[in-house]
Amino acid sequence: MTDCTARIREETARLLAEGRVDLVIGFEEGSLPLRATPCFITEPGDTGRLIWNAFCSNNLARYLIRSDRKVGIVAKGCDTRAIVELIKEKQVRREDVVIIGVPCHGMVDPHEVRERFGDIRIQTVEDTGGKLVAGDGTALLSMNREDALHRSCRVCVQRNPVISDVLVGEEVEERTRDEFTDVADFASRSAGERWEYIAGEMSRCIRCNACRNACPLCYCSKCFVDETRPQWVGRGTDPSDVLSFHLMRVLHLAGRCVECGACVRACPMGVDLGTLNRRMSADVARMFGCRPGLDPGKPAPLSTFDPDDPQDFMLEP
Amino acid sequence: MDGEMNDRVPGWEPRIVAFLCNWCSYAGADSAGVGRLQYPAAVRVIRVPCAGRINPFFILSAFQKGADGVLVSGCHPGDCHYISGNYSARRKFALLKGLLEHIGIEEGRLQFTWVSASEGERFASVIDTVTEKVLALGPARRMEKRYT
Repeated sequence: MTDCTARIREETARLLAEGRVDLVIGFEEGSLPLRATPCFITEPGDTGRLIWNAFCSNNLARYLIRSDRKVGIVAKGCDTRAIVELIKEKQVRREDVVIIGVPCHGMVDPHEVRERFGDIRIQTVEDTGGKLVAGDGTALLSMNREDALHRSCRVCVQRNPVISDVLVGEEVEERTRDEFTDVADFASRSAGERWEYIAGEMSRCIRCNACRNACPLCYCSKCFVDETRPQWVGRGTDPSDVLSFHLMRVLHLAGRCVECGACVRACPMGVDLGTLNRRMSADVARMFGCRPGLDPGKPAPLSTFDPDDPQDFMLEP
Repeated sequence: MDGEMNDRVPGWEPRIVAFLCNWCSYAGADSAGVGRLQYPAAVRVIRVPCAGRINPFFILSAFQKGADGVLVSGCHPGDCHYISGNYSARRKFALLKGLLEHIGIEEGRLQFTWVSASEGERFASVIDTVTEKVLALGPARRMEKRYT
């Protein structure tokens, strides 16, 4: 990972010095342990702030939207998937972005690390060959990196950048195809159990819209949530409104969600938004053969159709 | 299945919102009427220009406002007045139906079908089927907004 850091800094300095970009978006050390924060580098002298570690989980494609500058961006597999979709939807011009692609081993969920190491006040975390070693200044504890990954990273099948201008670091081996076993498991429960679970999760939502704001594909300048005429969805935390909001959010992302998990990570209440998104992705893949973000040339599934689309869900079709 | 779902409220009659496309299904309902066909009175018809006009939020909104079931009906594939509105709609509906069932809205609350302008009998039988299913499920409480 430190190699990546050095290479990212080098490339950033070069791009800025050559005047190919006005700005590079990357990560810097967060103000707390186990955190990395997006940062914006405009001067070649500032490249020392850039880092690459196991906590660079934000989807930086979010910051490309409505930018009028030439931008360099440090991008993992999921960031590039989002960029592909943004280019397709004409929100970003390919020629305005220089992608510094970084093959990703999956990002680590700070909550998992804290849960595992419980009592110690973690000050440092080293990421070495499949192990995370956390220290509080006196003791060192280690855990398997794979056990601490974000849920979205555990099912990720595109960890290498889909598109990039410069590739930093060694390509990683992709996992086998995503079979959506998590979706099937959930679907195998009874309707009542599924409802109990979803209603329980939704009851924690405080309608802060962090999920929407973190999502790289939620870029509408006026969101249905903010509309008052008509008021599509009531404000406040009425359970029915909360659920409607989340269903509509998922429907608006149907065939566009690149499964980066940004919404889940942004949620301050730890609401399981993944269960909804995953079902949508599974259906889009099964019915329309589409995995968003992987194919720049393919139209979005909801902007097209096939006369032979499945219709077994219909009443006596 | 859980208890709440089948709680019978005395005097409860199902309320089913039917979104019907102006060019086919609405005319199909008309022809059922002209033909004096009998079908349950549980359905409340909302005429829309095309199945493709239906925003999934209309459907969610119906459930929020107390519908026990929702039926959406448009032109048969290939017959859309606007060429492809029903094809686009079919993709949206497939996803919406899957999502609602996934979160535990009972299968049968939301139905999609095609009825053409000449299929008055089919319209009546669709309403029969939908009403029967909703009757078996009982009142829909899960997504209903409770004003307190």
